[in-house]
Amino acid sequence: MGKAPASVEFRNVSKRYGAVTAVDNVNFTIEPGTLLTLLGPSGCGKTTTLRLIAGLEMASEGSITIGGRDVTLLSAADRDVSMVFQSYALFPHMNVLDNVAYGPTVQGLPKAKAHEMAMEKLRLVGLAGLEKRAPSELSGGQQQRVAVARALVLEPQVLLFDEPLSNLDAKLRRRVREEIRELQLGLNLTVAYVTHDQEEALAVSDRIIVMSNARIAQSGTPRELYEQPASLFVADFIGDANIVDATITALHGERAQVQLGPVQLDLPHRGAGMGAVKLAIRPDALQLGDAPGGLAGTVAKAAYLGRQWEYTITTAVGDLFVVDRGRAAARMLGSPVQVALEQAGMVVLRLE
Amino acid sequence: MRARQESRTGALALAVLACAAFAVLPWYWLDFSDTSHWGEYPVGPAGSALALGLTGKVWLLPFVLPLGLAVAGGMLPLGAPGRADRLVWAGGGGLAYGLVQGFALGLKGWNAAWLASLAGGPGPAQAGFGLGAAIVLAVFLLLLCRGLAERGWCRGDAFVVSSVGVVIALVGLFVFFPVGKILASAVQDNAGNFAPAQFLEKFLDESIWGLACVTGNLRCGVAWNTLLLGVLVGAGSTALGLAFALLATRGTVHGKKSLKILSVLPIITPPFVIGLALILLFGRSGVVSAGLSEWFGIPRSRWIYGLPGVLIAQLLAFTPIAYLVLVGVVQGISPSLEEASQTLRASRWTTFRTVTLPLLRPGLANAFLLGFVESLADFGNPLVLGGNFEVLSTKIFFAVVGAATDQGRATVLSIVLLIFTLGAFWVQQAWLGRRTYTTVTGKGDSGVPPPLPKGVAIACWGVALPWALFTVVIYALILVGGFVQALGRDYTPTLNHYVTAFRIDTSDGGFRFAGSAWNSFFATVEVAAMAAPLTAAIGLLTGWLLTRQTFSGKRAFEFGTLLSFAIPGTVVGVSYILAFNVPPIEITGTGLILVICFVFRNMPVGVRSGIATLSQIDKSLDEASLTLGARSATTLRLVLMPLLKPAILAALVYAFVRAMTAVSAVIFLVTAQYNMATTYIVGRVEAGEFGLAIAYASVLIVIMLAAILFIEFIVGERRLGRRGAAGVPVAAGG
Repeated sequence: MGKAPASVEFRNVSKRYGAVTAVDNVNFTIEPGTLLTLLGPSGCGKTTTLRLIAGLEMASEGSITIGGRDVTLLSAADRDVSMVFQSYALFPHMNVLDNVAYGPTVQGLPKAKAHEMAMEKLRLVGLAGLEKRAPSELSGGQQQRVAVARALVLEPQVLLFDEPLSNLDAKLRRRVREEIRELQLGLNLTVAYVTHDQEEALAVSDRIIVMSNARIAQSGTPRELYEQPASLFVADFIGDANIVDATITALHGERAQVQLGPVQLDLPHRGAGMGAVKLAIRPDALQLGDAPGGLAGTVAKAAYLGRQWEYTITTAVGDLFVVDRGRAAARMLGSPVQVALEQAGMVVLRLE
Repeated sequence: MRARQESRTGALALAVLACAAFAVLPWYWLDFSDTSHWGEYPVGPAGSALALGLTGKVWLLPFVLPLGLAVAGGMLPLGAPGRADRLVWAGGGGLAYGLVQGFALGLKGWNAAWLASLAGGPGPAQAGFGLGAAIVLAVFLLLLCRGLAERGWCRGDAFVVSSVGVVIALVGLFVFFPVGKILASAVQDNAGNFAPAQFLEKFLDESIWGLACVTGNLRCGVAWNTLLLGVLVGAGSTALGLAFALLATRGTVHGKKSLKILSVLPIITPPFVIGLALILLFGRSGVVSAGLSEWFGIPRSRWIYGLPGVLIAQLLAFTPIAYLVLVGVVQGISPSLEEASQTLRASRWTTFRTVTLPLLRPGLANAFLLGFVESLADFGNPLVLGGNFEVLSTKIFFAVVGAATDQGRATVLSIVLLIFTLGAFWVQQAWLGRRTYTTVTGKGDSGVPPPLPKGVAIACWGVALPWALFTVVIYALILVGGFVQALGRDYTPTLNHYVTAFRIDTSDGGFRFAGSAWNSFFATVEVAAMAAPLTAAIGLLTGWLLTRQTFSGKRAFEFGTLLSFAIPGTVVGVSYILAFNVPPIEITGTGLILVICFVFRNMPVGVRSGIATLSQIDKSLDEASLTLGARSATTLRLVLMPLLKPAILAALVYAFVRAMTAVSAVIFLVTAQYNMATTYIVGRVEAGEFGLAIAYASVLIVIMLAAILFIEFIVGERRLGRRGAAGVPVAAGG
């Protein structure tokens, strides 16, 4: 790769369609050579944000900088950015080689040179030998690689992925996402990646931005988001979480005394004051047992998933979703059970 | 960074081109075949604007200002402060001044009385825009668009802004300007003064709105005639179309292929040919009349001339359109809905009555409105068959070309007709647009539509079969009629009619097209061949803008481009005469006006066909191309054009065919030099030379059938159905 990776910076960027605000005053920076994921439910503005980077949408307000250069008013064709589309968007009337060579061709490079550049990238993604095929003659995974090769061929400053795995079956998804991450690290690329799948986001990202209702809900490393969610929304969206009501009864230093039903807990208060709070409990922080001391409940639902059992337990503080990886023996519906709480998987959240 | 050199030099090149055109090319309209104009060059009739401006026509000199500003702006580097503003001001200012001076100063000086009194005198005179003016004004438009693009319009894409600008300018000039001219001239008296009272008087005239036929034996107003005919045709064609559609989709017909031919007929049949065939069957000396009088002693009569004849002819002509609409709607009903009804233990008849028919309701209303509008716009059949039964479209024609020429009356009648058709169009868009019970989803539907209830099937067959036979007889008659001496009187086989029309003289060694029809035939093919690519290009470009680009005012833009379809041909003809007979745009009597007329009447076909195909092409293909550094023009050329090939071909052939069958608008615009096939045939009918007319008509039908089959062959079979299903009013007015 000839060029050094570039940074991307959004300063107070908004995008409005008439009365609808798709992106509302968003600020962030993608450091050069890192992979940033835009994560959120559908309609949260993550794809619009990605398209703003590409120049497929123009910002209504604010400025966008790529590699230190203001590109806010530049059209997509003038930005040094490539994109891998959700549908791959391979040109159906061109073969694989012509698809990948499209970028250099429209830049006016001679055909031989364009094909040479295309072949290099096809080798990189492991598709050498298939260059004469039509896109429709390739499998989904292969089409995806063609799309990646085509996006890489101009050696863009920034590479964008719009839900690249959503058209692949579950097994392939894991492999392709590992390949994308390898490629990004190997070529030292700046990548922006959109997905609604939190597991995918956790697996590939250097940093994640969680978006909700056109705004940034929280940004940080995958661990920060999972372990220190800033809001109910983030706690619920990243990984499963049981959100229950609790009360802070005493504060001492960084920590607080939290009353959850009959159970007393000692947790970091994270800025919450005395009184009512919410508690986010990860399903794997709950342990089912028979010895008293935890929350008493009854089994309301049970599902066997091979590696684990998933239970819904009715307790005094509400229904709790529990993942049990330990034992193979099933708990009968309606049978009593004790839920033990593991402090590591719990965070205090202020009421909003 | 990717090169942006091209767009910078582009603006400069445009500005320089305009300067050259201003200084060198003849500014005013010129007949280039007449070389005598060039004697006084650079002044005189062929003079350039610069030379003429310096020698007396001083109002041409101010163009120097915007031209200079444009060059100055074009020389600045891209993104330099003031560059975009300069281009916008130069383009906008130059364009505005060009139009103002063009419309203010006409052949006889000041065009408006208040301007003359203000300036104190009749003022200087000038002719219409010519080559130089056209180039300079077009460049101003493009510079304006480039400037706006550099200011960030349409994501800074100069090609998109220019396309929008050009299409708006063209539609404005050739659709809205003529219609506006009609509206304006309606409130003027014949001397050009503002006279709204006179308009009201003409508008409310007894001959238009009179109701004498209800109370006495007198004739009703022409507006009521038109409405009555429209309602009858709308209802009748909907009923017949429904019968055919139900049989085609739900019946156990093996002849579905022949129904497809039925759907092609209205596209390839010149609109008055049906009327002509009816005369040959039922006229005083028609085949049937002759038979009846010979064998049964029933006296020959003229009953076919009037409401019955026009009604039958229009039903024959427009039933296929209703069929096209309804077959799409019937196919669109998800069979699962009917299966659901059946699993709930409804009988076939109950299912049909409570599920199928209600779901068809919007389709029926749509078909009715289309039939109504088509009937209103039809000109050929009432002209041939109307007799004393007058409708608006023929009345307009006779007000313009008849013995009692009254342009004011023609415009008033045009406005009445325009109100009717636009009203129906508006109802269709506003009310029906939201009421299509689309039951086709992206999900697979494995249901099987139930067969028709027995009673309904019998009723459909009872209606459809005789009608289909009648249609076959009509078309057989058209094809056979050209080969006999005179239908109804003399059945001796002859090739005389074809020889008269299409004789090729080889006596003196070379080829000479001696037949009387060759002239109009070649003119028609020439005009149609010029109009077709332009229609397809502008139509598809507009379709592309509507589906792929976002810009403010897009909905109004869409409505405007489709509006030209709703304007009846006769109104278009009158409005073109009013608008383009005087400077600044003086093009009546040329082949150009025929081409323009076809392009803008048939453009919606291209738009629809483009939209239909483009909406099936994933938008991310364009975006992928954009992010790979291709501009929108390159994307259009390399990615979309190859994928649009079927749509391009379809638009080309339809534009060609429709240009060949049109009669209503062009009948006002033809000249001896540019006579069209259809108007020539109408002339032969009026002269009573039915044999020749029908021979010529069958040649046209065969040629166009071949064209349609050709695209069917190339494009595949879905095209026609989709066109109909999209609710395109096919062959409006002709």
